[in-house]
Amino acid sequence: MAKQSLVVVGNGMAPGRALEKLFEAAPDAYKVTVFNAEPRVNYDRIMLSPVLAGEKSYEDIVIHGDGWYIKHGVTLYKGHKIVAIDRDAKTVTSEHGETVAYDKLIVATGSSPIIIPVAGHDLPGVLTYRDLDDVHAMMVAAKPGARAVVIGGGLLGLEAAAGLQMQGMDVTVLHLMPTLMERQLDGAAGYLLQRSLESRGIRVHCKANTQEIVGEKRVTGVRLDDGTLYPADIVVMAVGIRPSAGLAKDAGLAVSRGIVVAPDMRTSDPDIFALGECAEASGQVFGLVAPLYEMAGVLAQNLLGGTAEFHPSATATKLKVTGIDLYSAGDFTEAKDREEIVLRDPTRGVYKRLVLKGNRILGAVLYGDVADGAWFFDMIKREVDVSEMRETLIYGQGYQGGSALDPLAAVAALPDEAEICGCNGVCKGKITGTINELGLKSLDEVRAHTKASASCGSCTGLVEQVIKLTIGDAYNPAAVQPMCGCTELGHDDVRRLIKAKALKSIPAVMQELGWKSSCGCAKCRPALNYYLVCDWPGEYEDDSQSRYINERVHANIQKNGTYSVVPRMFGGLTSAKELRAIADVVDRFAIPTVKVTGGQRIDLLGIRKEDLPAVWADLNAAGMISGAAYAKGLRTVKTCVGSEWCRFGTQDSTGLGVKIEKFMWGSWTPAKLKMAVSGCPRNCAEATCKDIGVICVDSGYEIHFAGAAGLDIKGTEVLGHAATEEETIEIVAALTQLYREQGRYLERVYKWAKRVGIDSVKAAIMDDTERRRALFERFVASQSYVQTDPWAERVAGKDAHEFAPISAFGAAQFAERRPS
Amino acid sequence: MSAQANDAGLVDWIVVGRTDEVPSRGARVVRAPSGDIAIFRTTEGAIFALRDRCPHKGGPLSQGIVHGEAVTCPLHNWVICLKTGEALGADKGCTPKIPVRIEDGKVLLPAAVLAAAAA
Ligand code: SRM
Ligand SMILES: Cc1cc2nc3c(=O)[nH]c(=O)nc-3n(C[C@H](O)[C@H](O)[C@H](O)COP(=O)(O)OP(=O)(O)OC[C@H]3O[C@@H](n4cnc5c(N)ncnc54)[C@H](O)[C@@H]3O)c2cc1C
Ligand code: SF4
Ligand code: FES
Repeated sequence: MAKQSLVVVGNGMAPGRALEKLFEAAPDAYKVTVFNAEPRVNYDRIMLSPVLAGEKSYEDIVIHGDGWYIKHGVTLYKGHKIVAIDRDAKTVTSEHGETVAYDKLIVATGSSPIIIPVAGHDLPGVLTYRDLDDVHAMMVAAKPGARAVVIGGGLLGLEAAAGLQMQGMDVTVLHLMPTLMERQLDGAAGYLLQRSLESRGIRVHCKANTQEIVGEKRVTGVRLDDGTLYPADIVVMAVGIRPSAGLAKDAGLAVSRGIVVAPDMRTSDPDIFALGECAEASGQVFGLVAPLYEMAGVLAQNLLGGTAEFHPSATATKLKVTGIDLYSAGDFTEAKDREEIVLRDPTRGVYKRLVLKGNRILGAVLYGDVADGAWFFDMIKREVDVSEMRETLIYGQGYQGGSALDPLAAVAALPDEAEICGCNGVCKGKITGTINELGLKSLDEVRAHTKASASCGSCTGLVEQVIKLTIGDAYNPAAVQPMCGCTELGHDDVRRLIKAKALKSIPAVMQELGWKSSCGCAKCRPALNYYLVCDWPGEYEDDSQSRYINERVHANIQKNGTYSVVPRMFGGLTSAKELRAIADVVDRFAIPTVKVTGGQRIDLLGIRKEDLPAVWADLNAAGMISGAAYAKGLRTVKTCVGSEWCRFGTQDSTGLGVKIEKFMWGSWTPAKLKMAVSGCPRNCAEATCKDIGVICVDSGYEIHFAGAAGLDIKGTEVLGHAATEEETIEIVAALTQLYREQGRYLERVYKWAKRVGIDSVKAAIMDDTERRRALFERFVASQSYVQTDPWAERVAGKDAHEFAPISAFGAAQFAERRPS
Repeated sequence: MSAQANDAGLVDWIVVGRTDEVPSRGARVVRAPSGDIAIFRTTEGAIFALRDRCPHKGGPLSQGIVHGEAVTCPLHNWVICLKTGEALGADKGCTPKIPVRIEDGKVLLPAAVLAAAAA
């Protein structure tokens, strides 16, 4: 029988989980097609706040990478919004006109942020906070000192405010109600929260009724009804969400607040399910993932003919703002038949509130000290009768039944069914069981196998305690991340031991440091090769078989197995002679593509591997050498025209860039190293987003470092000032050497600097001139071994085996062996 | 003369090169009418042959890093087992494995495999 077709509209966290469950149970039951209005794979929406705060990157929060879809045969339409469901024909159609037929359909369209329809709400610069595009828009706007106004003082608004502030913005939160997060906190706790936000420099204005968003071409401010005007470069509206049920409604499905589903997750059409924030179950809609994941499990079973049912239970949540502890669980709205127990400790900034009905806890809010959150939540879910401990309940688990105040003891006392990870619905028993069964030893392993703490991460501490309880001293939370599966040692230990034990070859490292594999893997070998190249210049013999193909053959592999060739153009300068030689080589080898790169030079793409040495020979003849466009090493030094030509130039930026590149080419570094020199602060060479950048000023040279403009975007930090070109070059080289010696393989300058601290780098290079000189000299020493053009070496015959097949057979004479 | 009959006389084996022409923990390519074949050599000196096409998106496996009895594809880092041609770890896929014989330090492949598409 042909596979049934399952179509999913929306690719959020809920359907992602449903498909996981489906493929676990029955990998081949359905041919799955997913349409996502967002142009990307499934990612962890919960973690947008850490991305906004710069604590995580998009890559860190991807749940299913492209490979996952390929592996499961899922067709994913990215950036395709479904505009119509035809229930008679059983098809869906996207805005780009793609129509796909379904046997079963899942509508998982999530929610949309509510926009308050005040004047100016549609001005550019008015953002919502829902997806990665919103985060990117905020990050682009977040120039240090720029002003952000966040409308809405609930969970989302406060996370946005904290993130924007971490990005260096001046942030104001406007909240309609008298206190923040009034749904979770009473006035006093709201005040504690407000105070702690204000102490970090976030302005909070409660009872703020927005009257108008002001601006001509884009937003410039927000005016309140009392006339107060807050200037703003961006405005983030975080006032609530509304289930996205329009598509379902248009298709004639029953819709109330959300798309109405029965406990089996079916809508009013038995072949159509609704799932996630767009669904309304038992008269409720949901805004947290834990219940959505439960729905997902139910739905997956029912797709396979099961009869599972979803019944909402209590949920818990945390405010994900680093440094503020706020936990709330269950239902904490006030009502006649409910009682409250409140504990305040103003000196410690602690506030706890329990809402009870009869002898059961309905809800808990903890601020400042959230250690007992899981314990309360567990009692809420299990509807435990608390009459026995009512007097001491609010003091937490430590005070009950004489058990110690030790947090471990508290976790030990939790029953196996106690939920540890709310996002993924993982209970304590599941974690301990999996640890014992598979012999897990680290948090990462537990995350991989149980999914506990794999989403928002707020239960990480608890999970660690469970691991500790289960395996005792075998758990070492400070354990460093091993380099790869071949060793327990981390990068820093390996580097230290290479020096300490004077290990000078890859086999020596593997032997002495107890590698677990015979000859390493594709992760550790290139790293070790770099560490040895860096630590033993002139002594260590480069191991080409431990280099990634591009560095092995000094060209960049392309998707079809051909290569690209990028000759150096020092400082972006070229000449008629060089250009003529390039033109000739292009003609002679029929090179299909010639492109100007983002690095101020020319890329020749689509060259057959066998032709590389001949292409290089011609380029060498015109004086050109490898541009190392493939190297974890010095790439480019971009320059602007500077004082030679430009009416604003203060120094010869082109000349300095050329000098730096001539001095530094050939050096190997932990990851690629890109530089730029601009002739004045107009910064036409974009020096302030490079690994190292120089901005020429009247009085000399301002040296910058630790910028990024690839996967991450980050302006540089100022390292210091130099008066002369010589001093600049010394500083730049010393900085590079420090990075060479401390950086972990594949760690770009900005990540290294963040890890070791900007100040420690400044201290080493700018404050300690002796150390700077020593670093500079080590760099110079190492350069003396590497400034031989790798292309010329290969033209002369080095590694010839790389560029010729071992043998070649024609169709007619394949029995004939051609000597190689 | 390089075509040789095997023991049973059923398969013609053809010499494609010497084992020492293949770098240790490296690979070489045999160009053939049926398409490129990658010959790998491990640290221990074992020789394996696979179609030079990654099961993922056809990457040239001969250009990858060889470690243990596996090669990491240069395009997207799938790890392919040299013994079976199967993708290791979480990835799924298989590259046709090619029978190989070593005689007197010479590497031999079946003539039929060189001439036609792999079985
Ligand atoms: C050719 C070029 C694009 C172009 O046509 O302009 C290019 C092409 C590639 N870039 Fe790039 N990048 C090029 C400029 C840039 C720039 C702009 C710049 O250098 O000013 C950036 C942003 C700055 C930066 O480096 O962060 C850039 C950020 C990246 C990144 C992200 C790095 C990061 O850590 O954020 C990668 C991925 C990586 O390195 O892992 C990457 C990776 C690549 C790779 C190597 C992808 C790959 O693994 O195959 C591409 C191979 C090129 C080839 O085969 O020739 N490329 N790439 C540019 C070559 C510059 C040069 O002359 O050497
Ligand atoms: C910043 C932020 C922080 C959060 N923090 C927490 C937290 O700490 N704890 C917690 O439990 N929850 C948190 N949440 C809520 C949680 O992320 C959501 O409950 C959950 O992601 C909803 O999942 P979903 O699959 O229902 O919808 P979504 O993840 O919203 O996915 C819906 C997807 O469907 C797409 N779509 C919509 N219409 C169409 C269409 N017509 N065609 C095709 N595609 C369409 C959308 O583009 C979207 O990608 C947070 C949310 C945000 C925004
Ligand atoms: S950075 Fe300054 S000197 Fe360089 S081109 Fe721009 S304005 Fe001119
Ligand atoms: S082609 Fe080999 S990993 Fe993608």
